[in-house]
Amino acid sequence: MAFDSFSAFIAMGGHGPYVWICYAVFTLFMVGLGLWSRRQQKAVLRSHKQRLSREQNGAANQGAAPASFTRIHPS
Amino acid sequence: MHPIRRKRLTIILFLLAGLAIAVGLTTYALRQNINLFYDPTQIAAGEAPRDARIRAGGMVKQGSVVRSEQDLTVEFQVTDFVSSVTVRYTGILPDLFDEGQGVVALGRLQSDGVFVADQVLAKHDENYMPPEVSDALEKAEAASARVPPMNQ
Amino acid sequence: MWQFIRQLFHKFGSPKWFYGIASKMMPWLLGIGLILLLAGLVWGLAFAPAERLQGNSYRIIFIHVPSAFLAQSIYIMMAVTAVVTLVWRMKLADLFVRAVAPVGAVLTFLALFTGAVWGKPTWGTWWVWDARLTSMLILLFLYFGVIVLMSAITDEKSSARAVAVLVLVGVVNIPIIKYSVEWWNTLHQPATFKLTDKPSMAPEMWVPLLLSVLGLYLLFGWLACLRMQTEILKREHRTRWVRDLATAEGN
Repeated sequence: MAFDSFSAFIAMGGHGPYVWICYAVFTLFMVGLGLWSRRQQKAVLRSHKQRLSREQNGAANQGAAPASFTRIHPS
Repeated sequence: MHPIRRKRLTIILFLLAGLAIAVGLTTYALRQNINLFYDPTQIAAGEAPRDARIRAGGMVKQGSVVRSEQDLTVEFQVTDFVSSVTVRYTGILPDLFDEGQGVVALGRLQSDGVFVADQVLAKHDENYMPPEVSDALEKAEAASARVPPMNQ
Repeated sequence: MWQFIRQLFHKFGSPKWFYGIASKMMPWLLGIGLILLLAGLVWGLAFAPAERLQGNSYRIIFIHVPSAFLAQSIYIMMAVTAVVTLVWRMKLADLFVRAVAPVGAVLTFLALFTGAVWGKPTWGTWWVWDARLTSMLILLFLYFGVIVLMSAITDEKSSARAVAVLVLVGVVNIPIIKYSVEWWNTLHQPATFKLTDKPSMAPEMWVPLLLSVLGLYLLFGWLACLRMQTEILKREHRTRWVRDLATAEGN
């Protein structure tokens, strides 16, 4: 350990703010990049699945009435 | 390789080479503007403009730093080991400023040859070492400097 | 031999094959990359000795150098794949450029940001228009240009070609970044690591630095695989295997 105490480690000999801001921004951006990329992939897969199920439903309903109406009974 | 692909590759390589030459010539022509600072030799040779804000850079000469007793004015010699120029500066110097360290000063060259700076930046070199190592190096240097007279 | 290389090349051209290989490699890249990067950063922050002149502010080097190094390597990789796009018209090469350009932009920004924060206590200024800093800023704008151009042209083929040409034109900036500190007077110091000489840095400082560079490299590998997979899924949505994959996994 290059520091005598935890507070000395945080202070970094007066350069603490500079060092910690750099590490915080670096961590923030890298973690953000990872999460964003993962979420993007999930979103693409989800939209593919939705489109596929819509296509399947469309194929199954072919020939049936394009829309149906239900009578509403207001109470 | 397929002749069409070979042709494409040759075209790309030619274009890249041409581009590299163009950029190379441009940066070579602009090298004086790309340089961040003038070194003391250039200033001594009169290459630096007199009445414009310029930067001067080099090493702070050992033992040349004179601090004023009234205010924060400092005078020191900046050298590139060929020529040197006197720099006068009033203000707070960066932490790394020291004799034997690199600096870049921003200011004007007076007619008396003194460079009056309004900003002094410290230049760090590419060597990184812990304090103990540099102490040991200095001791070794001092020792080797002392040895030759004893051998004579 | 030539035949084998050609086969490999064709395999590399197959998005389905790449998707599978990437899935297998990703856990390793992420795991080992995180371990190396964390080890390097903790070592550098808490255990490496202070620097004789800069004190503790030099600890920023453990993220500044890896970011700057990756920012330039990613651009070189993009330039190599741009040649492949233009000469062989390989789809995956274009997908690689698309996938990694944002990563390169983020790392260039991080290199500039950490450099500025480091410059304030060390040099006495956040920014100076010297050749190294300016050429690095140009690299950031090149990445931005690639990202904007990518989304500006909707036609797949012409977009791929335009992006590849821009990447190749920008590659002349890379040697300028590298040698700026030697060709011109700069405030930035020359390189600490050279291929021919011993590093001008104490081993208890460069070993953690090497660890964090390797770690970030592997993490980039993970990001590149993940983002390329996403690009493949977008581009190949009509194929049978992507449909099957989407039905199985798209939740």
